[in-house]
Amino acid sequence: MTLTPTHEPPSDEILREVALTRDEYHFAADLLDRPPNPVELGIIGGMWSEHCGYKHSRPLLSRLPSEGPRVLIGPGEENAGAVDIGHGLAIVMKVESHNHPSAVEPFQGAATGVGGILRDIFTMGARPIALLDSLRFGPLDDRRGRYLANGIVGGIGWYGNCMGVPTVGGEVQVSASYRGNPLVNAMCVGLIEHDQLTSAAASGAGNELILVGADTGRDGIHGATFASVDDPEASHRGVVQVGNPFMEKLLLEACLEVLQTTDAILGLQDLGATGLTSSSVESAGRGGTGVVLNLEHVARRAAGMTPYEVMLSESQERMLVVAARGRAHEVQRVFDKWGLHSDVIGEVTETGLLDVRDNGQSAATLPITMLTDAPTYTYPVERPAYLDEVGPLDLDALPEPDDPTSAFLQLLASPNIASRRPIYRQYDHMVGANTVIAPGGDAALLRIKGTPLAVALSTDGNGRTTYLDPFVGGAAAIAESARNVSCTGARPLAFTNCLNFGSPEQSAAYYQLSQAIDGMAAAARALETPVISGNVSLYNESGGEAIWPTPVVGMLGVLDELDRRCGAGFTADGDEIAVLGAGRPRLDGSEYLSVAHGRVAGCPDINLVDEVAVQRLVRELIIARLLSSAHDCSDGGLAVALAESAFAGGLGVQAPDLPILGRLDEALFGESQSRIVVSYPPLAAAAVAAAAATHSVPITPVGKVGGDRLCIGPIDVSLAHAEQVWSQGLELALAGHAPPG
Amino acid sequence: MNAAVVVFPGSNCDADTLHVLGNVVGMNARYAWHADTTLDDVDLVVLPGGFSHGDYLRTGAMAARAPIMSPVRDHAARGRPVLGICNGFQILLEAGLLPGAMLLNDSTQFRCEWTHLRVESTHTPCTSAAGNGQVLRLPIAHAEGNYVIDPDGLAQLHDEDRVVFRYVSASGARSPDANPNGAIDDIAGICNVGRNVVGMMPHPERASEAELGGEDGRAIWESLVAAAGA
Repeated sequence: MTLTPTHEPPSDEILREVALTRDEYHFAADLLDRPPNPVELGIIGGMWSEHCGYKHSRPLLSRLPSEGPRVLIGPGEENAGAVDIGHGLAIVMKVESHNHPSAVEPFQGAATGVGGILRDIFTMGARPIALLDSLRFGPLDDRRGRYLANGIVGGIGWYGNCMGVPTVGGEVQVSASYRGNPLVNAMCVGLIEHDQLTSAAASGAGNELILVGADTGRDGIHGATFASVDDPEASHRGVVQVGNPFMEKLLLEACLEVLQTTDAILGLQDLGATGLTSSSVESAGRGGTGVVLNLEHVARRAAGMTPYEVMLSESQERMLVVAARGRAHEVQRVFDKWGLHSDVIGEVTETGLLDVRDNGQSAATLPITMLTDAPTYTYPVERPAYLDEVGPLDLDALPEPDDPTSAFLQLLASPNIASRRPIYRQYDHMVGANTVIAPGGDAALLRIKGTPLAVALSTDGNGRTTYLDPFVGGAAAIAESARNVSCTGARPLAFTNCLNFGSPEQSAAYYQLSQAIDGMAAAARALETPVISGNVSLYNESGGEAIWPTPVVGMLGVLDELDRRCGAGFTADGDEIAVLGAGRPRLDGSEYLSVAHGRVAGCPDINLVDEVAVQRLVRELIIARLLSSAHDCSDGGLAVALAESAFAGGLGVQAPDLPILGRLDEALFGESQSRIVVSYPPLAAAAVAAAAATHSVPITPVGKVGGDRLCIGPIDVSLAHAEQVWSQGLELALAGHAPPG
Repeated sequence: MNAAVVVFPGSNCDADTLHVLGNVVGMNARYAWHADTTLDDVDLVVLPGGFSHGDYLRTGAMAARAPIMSPVRDHAARGRPVLGICNGFQILLEAGLLPGAMLLNDSTQFRCEWTHLRVESTHTPCTSAAGNGQVLRLPIAHAEGNYVIDPDGLAQLHDEDRVVFRYVSASGARSPDANPNGAIDDIAGICNVGRNVVGMMPHPERASEAELGGEDGRAIWESLVAAAGA
């Protein structure tokens, strides 16, 4: 097939298909000094998409702090970031979205999201040790909402369970804002020795490029550009890929075996969005080289595929390997052992060009730097008018609850508060034999075999808070994920993030993105946790409405001695319960305000000085073995936090004389940042109080652990009944039944 | 004691099992590759959990026909212990080394959670050091653990004391709530006529260290060590 350059400018329809604006087309033609041919146009469109090129977010992302003494590999350098955890070991991690595919085909969309993030980790040479999933669903009283939610959870479990990588954490929130545009952010964490870290750079002219794994088919073409346009539901099904976790398990084992048994691999890169295009371009970009690809050597799943389709296919479970010249056979021998098909499809050059050939004929010739440096956009940051409407909360107009116990039970049954067990019991969270704190606690805790170390992992992000105040929401995502990590005793070290926002071309969404990044940057500096990797998902909207701006943070912490850890559940009758922290509970942006009054309003806030102090204090108390339990006080406020610690420990709460300053609903259900519910033996009380005073952190006694009831101020209910309501809330909602009474 | 953990493509509890056998129990444990046709002289063969061949066709169906299964059969025929855990149990069923089959869990979902098992027979190498009726707390992680067998086969299992484990409550009582997958007669594990081949759905290798939430799985390993020394 001969491709002749088009001298006619492409139609609007073609430009829409490759997701380029007419200005971008002219810019590309100017850079090339000629019009791009159709294959080149598709390649440029893919590489300049938001998904690959970060054209709207790159200028903003640079505001996040990314340096620290523990950072081995920072954001953008490789497929994932890496952090030193001591003992010569590193943690490699990243979170990535698969929102748009999951909106169309939830099971496969979510499954392939997990598959993609796993490949990002083992391309680094690291063995994946944990997965976490941050999910946002539309209302579950809606049939399609349940179809999406159950499909997404099923797909995550199917892929991760088969891979044998435990899914140890994540979060789920339900809101009308995500109707039609659910969020699926998958995070993977890998473990590796420092000197085994593998690059994704294609360096050294003459080195060979091997494509290994699944055959290349027509599935997923334009997945990257699809992820960068509005309204996925209006798009077609062919863009969603179908996963094969068994193939990926073979790829994982084979790649790690080659890396451990030979030094023939110089670089490893997975094929993700835009498939062969971005994998070859990004590898060459990192190496400062060029590549020649001979497409006739690419094994096909379908007959008659064009160079355009081969270059842009997003068939899953494929990897590009850079093997030392003349040593491809050493690598391919291991792939053969694992039953994997592989082909040498090209080589590294010094030309600085992506040189695509099909049976000897040139199909595309583009400078690598042109493709890796997508044009960037900045817009004026203008405060949107809606903030003035949702901000003020007139408390005098809100009646206090007549029956605090029934208000409490209603909150426990909310899909945003109820037990997550109906979801995480579908995930293998134990495989790997490292899970010390399983899902359901504040952060997951995994031991590192052969060392005294453990790593703590948490994902967090609150769309409602970010909608009400994007700066506070961004800061709170960092603060809460770090607080969860600190509640195990681990010290937060670094984070990865996924920014889920609406179209940046809309001024409100751009303002939210800019402000949320500023908030994240402020909190990350205060907590000394640099960003090491991340992903941006823009254009999350359907029917013209943007989702709530939802920054998701995946935080890593390290506990130097596994034996000095703490859980969220109460452990002993008679222990004293107290709240650490200066945060003043308020109804602004709270779950209670939403559940009891159907309102999303108020001005949430955060004080980063208080946040740093309370986290430092709780870690110091845990390391000194003074605490029996520590649990972040977040959604649902103090009453819910006490209940969660009670359920986890199977012990009641005696706090009838809970101090109540001001409104009852604020004291019970009000939310704030920077508060932690702790319990400790009476003998430790003096030492706990002294440490709190040293750190200038207020400590508020609440009551005692014990009995078989939850007595929290005026709330009085049996532990068993409250736990049943809490246990069934999400399970019934996912099954389409009314909440328990 | 020498033990081999068989690695099939898609096995994913192989490393955990090897870790426990070697580092926790102190056996001399190594891997055996599915494509091999011989098995060194070992005292114990373990078929680990996972998704051999991606669970494609039927769980365990392809692994049951792997070359390594020939020496595994020989090992079993000599009366030496074979333990199949989760997918390993499914492989033993497909290989015909144990009777019955697995259906999808009655919840239709994958389930990963702690369960309680009652030791129903101590006349196997996997339970010889356990107490009769002893309750063990072990986790499950499977989508297809709903054991079925025809009425005659079930009667034979009863008559020959070949039900090794049943799902029970924490107190040791049988109840529908304690059965996590709908398995017939609450069966969690069985043995062959020779009593040396045992299959079980729960994962003892995940409950052999206190920091992972429990050590009841050690009863199985300690039985195997004791049986080998007897």
